Amino acid sequence: MRKEIPLIITFVFGSIMVIDYLVPHRSVTAVGNTLQGWTIIITAFAYVLGIANVVRINLQKISGRSADWPYAFPLLAGLAGMVGIGLIGGIHDGTLGHQIFLYIYTPMQATMFSLLAFFIASAAFRAFRIRSVDAALLAITALFVMIGRVPIGDEISRFLHLPEGVDFASVQSWIMNVPNLAAKRAILIGAALGAISTGLKIILGLERNYLGE
Amino acid sequence: MIRATWGVLCACGGLIVCLLLAGPSVAADGGPDPNAWFNTERTNVLVILLVFFALVLGFIRLVGRGVGLFLRKIAGLEAIEEAVGRATEMGRSVLYVPGIDDVNNIQTIYSMVILGHVAKTVARYDTKLVVPLAKAFVVPLAEETVRSAYVDAGRPDAFDRDNIRYLSDEQFAFTAGVDGIMLREKPAANLYLGSFFAESLILAETGFSTGAVQIAGTANVHQLPFFVVACDYTLIGEEFYAATAYLSRDPRLVGTIKGTDWMKLVILGLIIVGTLLSTFGVQEFADWFRVR
Repeated sequence: MRKEIPLIITFVFGSIMVIDYLVPHRSVTAVGNTLQGWTIIITAFAYVLGIANVVRINLQKISGRSADWPYAFPLLAGLAGMVGIGLIGGIHDGTLGHQIFLYIYTPMQATMFSLLAFFIASAAFRAFRIRSVDAALLAITALFVMIGRVPIGDEISRFLHLPEGVDFASVQSWIMNVPNLAAKRAILIGAALGAISTGLKIILGLERNYLGE
Repeated sequence: MIRATWGVLCACGGLIVCLLLAGPSVAADGGPDPNAWFNTERTNVLVILLVFFALVLGFIRLVGRGVGLFLRKIAGLEAIEEAVGRATEMGRSVLYVPGIDDVNNIQTIYSMVILGHVAKTVARYDTKLVVPLAKAFVVPLAEETVRSAYVDAGRPDAFDRDNIRYLSDEQFAFTAGVDGIMLREKPAANLYLGSFFAESLILAETGFSTGAVQIAGTANVHQLPFFVVACDYTLIGEEFYAATAYLSRDPRLVGTIKGTDWMKLVILGLIIVGTLLSTFGVQEFADWFRVR
């Protein structure tokens, strides 16, 4: 029964969600909405598990004096502090919790995100090194797209007297909308079918690893 | 359960005919009628789903009768064992990042399935496996998956619960945490398998800078170019979902891959027919597939 009950639950609830998509009847919609509500409640409870995981690992780090253990202190202090401040003062506009979020957390998040610009440059540098015919095609295509997407591309087209339709802007537009989009959609169709077949495998119990089997 | 599903499929086929005969299920405001038992606007979805399910179940039955099916080589999946072996030789850990989405995303669930296979390999090699998590809900799932894999591999004692680490629900806090693990612990192999967004390149480039072997797989099309550039191997879209069939060679799972391939062939045929008909002014065929 340890195996069968989770499988039956998966089959029943998975099927209900498929039926909910196809049947608009109020009774079926009500069941679907209730199940989605349950998901939110269960997810909220899962935070307790998450916090327990963070606290356990970091306390062990401190007690065992493992590598980089001093960093566990600000982490645990930040966790406890934010929970305490949120519980006491709330998280609405103007509260301390909101200000910490706005003036400490948001800039830190933006800092991490801004790293992306540098990483794109370094990744592009490697990708566009011409070492084979494929890499050369990639680099040439990228060159057309990049020039076609900046104002100087129009200036170059005018300077070279390129007729409309073969100027940089038109070429980049064609590359993005025809071959690029076709490849993207092909991948999307494959991925969508893969997702549906995975859903089917899980609902039918063919795939059981996620249950710890 | 598969036999029951065949029965359900046949029943659904009959039901569609009856429901279509019953007429449209649109309310006065244009939305679906809350008293109707079938949304006729979604008949196309149901028909396609039934055809797909029939193909998948048909191939599972075919494989069950002993018909062998060919699976092409997927370099990214072949490389997983190689990467774990390399980590073992170097005495370093393997990092497995299952994406940043919750368990309601099929990619995260599937990532847990692949994690089971990876954890089994890691346990056999007696190497450390670190799994940073971005969603609290995934913590018990990942713990249970890795624990079971270690038990299956006959190494329950080697399972260390502290290596399943919940970092943060926030995207870039999680990214910073994983980057920190990469730079401090220097894993020899980084596996990014799941649903990724803007953090994909930050993670992959940091991993590249540490010299780790990197294998990525996602169905999020916009992140694929980043992984292709920064990782040694990338599972593109459907290859990601083929992982367990490929790794386990379970005939029933291989059958689902074949069903998916044939469905793609059906879709290809429909696209060609639709294109031709639209070219000659018959738009109804293409319009029928529009999802409302």
